[in-house]
Amino acid sequence: MKMMMNDIETPALSAASAHHETLVAPPETPMHLLLRRYFKSRIGTVAAVLLVLLIIVAIAAPLIAPQDPYDLATVSIMEAEHAPGTTSSDNKITYLLGTDGAGRDMLSAILYGLRISLGIGVTSALVALVIGTCIGLISAYFGGKVDALLMRIVDVQLSVPTILVALVLLAVLGQGVDKTLMALVLVQWAIFARNVRGSALVERSKEYIEAAVGQGLPARRIMFRHVLPNCMAPLIVTTTNQMANAITLEATMSFLGIGLPQTKPSLGLLISNGFDYMLSNQYWISVFPGIALVLLVVSVSLVGDQLRIVLNPKLDA
Amino acid sequence: MALLEVKDLVTEFHTEDGVAKALDNVSFTLERGKVLGIVGESGSGKSVTAFSLMNLVDKPGKIAGGEILFNGDNLRLASAKRWSELRGDRIAMVFQDPMMSLNPVMRVGAQLGETVAIHNKLPKAEVERRVFEALKRVGIPAPLERMRAYPHELSGGMRQRVAIANAIINKPDLIIADEPTTALDVTIQAQILYEMKHLARQTGTALIWITHDISVVKDLADDLCVMYAGRIIERGAVADVIRDPQHPYTRGLIDSLPHAENHGKRLYSIPGATPPLLSLPPGCSFAPRCSRAQSTCNATPPVFKLESREHRCFFPLG
Repeated sequence: MKMMMNDIETPALSAASAHHETLVAPPETPMHLLLRRYFKSRIGTVAAVLLVLLIIVAIAAPLIAPQDPYDLATVSIMEAEHAPGTTSSDNKITYLLGTDGAGRDMLSAILYGLRISLGIGVTSALVALVIGTCIGLISAYFGGKVDALLMRIVDVQLSVPTILVALVLLAVLGQGVDKTLMALVLVQWAIFARNVRGSALVERSKEYIEAAVGQGLPARRIMFRHVLPNCMAPLIVTTTNQMANAITLEATMSFLGIGLPQTKPSLGLLISNGFDYMLSNQYWISVFPGIALVLLVVSVSLVGDQLRIVLNPKLDA
Repeated sequence: MALLEVKDLVTEFHTEDGVAKALDNVSFTLERGKVLGIVGESGSGKSVTAFSLMNLVDKPGKIAGGEILFNGDNLRLASAKRWSELRGDRIAMVFQDPMMSLNPVMRVGAQLGETVAIHNKLPKAEVERRVFEALKRVGIPAPLERMRAYPHELSGGMRQRVAIANAIINKPDLIIADEPTTALDVTIQAQILYEMKHLARQTGTALIWITHDISVVKDLADDLCVMYAGRIIERGAVADVIRDPQHPYTRGLIDSLPHAENHGKRLYSIPGATPPLLSLPPGCSFAPRCSRAQSTCNATPPVFKLESREHRCFFPLG
């Protein structure tokens, strides 16, 4: 038997350098498979394209916006409340989406607002992801009293409505980008912690984790190099959904006037600012940022839903 | 000094329905470079023995008594830090199911490399060279390619070879193999058995081979322990035990093996079933299934020793 093995081995080894790729390359990498499955869905594709567009537009806002809405030198109160499609009095720009009560170009304001909303949503979800993941992993790995204590804190955190926590926190701390971020992280970490703990418990009971302990690997390495990568699928879905939630929550708080300051107008703040003009028929000041917000949140959610379907291990067969 | 000396090891599982004694005063010794086979039915305590030796018994189980002397060192007193130094370096384990014992999202080379790097401060190239050598030694063709493969790209036999490579990579003093060939088909099983024996001889590694199939260890092991309901009921050199079993249970196990001359006839089976650990009969736990049992068997049989052999039966055969 050994002889046979050696016979096979030698030519394979000598051929290795020549036919490296043909021998190694599996027909399809997991990433390819994932993408192929993802783009099978029309809704998922549309949502992904829309989201990518929104992200590009948000990042490139300073380059593509007709006007810098924060530059007081270019914004003139004389241009206030122009209807969509009006040209500016100096004929330099066309206000495609009109102007607001301060004479700012709505399109520019929305592009900059998108940047802020997206930035805060993504940042807060990612920070909460890191904190929640660490706590969830510790909870699952050590179990016992540590687990009980951490999970009771999570229970308490999740039993209070998120908007209430955010309201109270911002009322105490005051407005500001950093404070809004803090509030958003605080209401989100527990969701990640519980989620990661659940997946990690399942992975932890599997034999390869026992084998990793049997290799003499330290606990931290097992948690981050062995348990965590195997919990990625549900974590990706949660993260996407939490990003959509964070964007909505930030918009809600800004709309209520407790989130971001006027100097950093997110989409929520733009809607709130335009709300006063709704009754005087100047719908565009409020409605267009609203549409932008809906497009953003819906595209993020739909991408999340499609990821959930694609990453569901039960669909593997 | 023996490499491994286990004395009166007791492992208990504290469940809501009571305490299950999964290991009841298990004792054996293993010399450097020797192979010890442990056979028994499901639930006889084979795997618990393996996990106890690795200190991997999870709650609600715990080692309740006895000593594990490894190179003269009592491992019952070892700290968590000492254990993580020992595991994977001096004592390694091969698990039952090769489909489950490798991390599915890590490349084979990275997993093996981790075992090397965690126990030795070595440059990356040297780590990779050792991984290559280990894969080659367990008979994996084109090890360079396999190092870059994920476990799902390998067959069951290949995966078990990888797991074995992972166990031998640091040249441990002791490898505990918990039914490593049970999930594989017979031809692969034969290959792996052959190679394990070969490897153990080459490296001087002692081997504990756990199986429910006495024919697997027949040619592999030097010594044999037969376990029943948490106790070692017979122990001795493999050839002696198989040629001339002293405990009626061992006799029953050997009689239930298929033989060419019994072709077409019904296989023998021991009447009855293993008693549940939570309600063991008093005294000898095999007595209710034993044709030789008498009222004496209601007392726990002590270990009867004669030269190199021992058993726990009041009325031994032969």
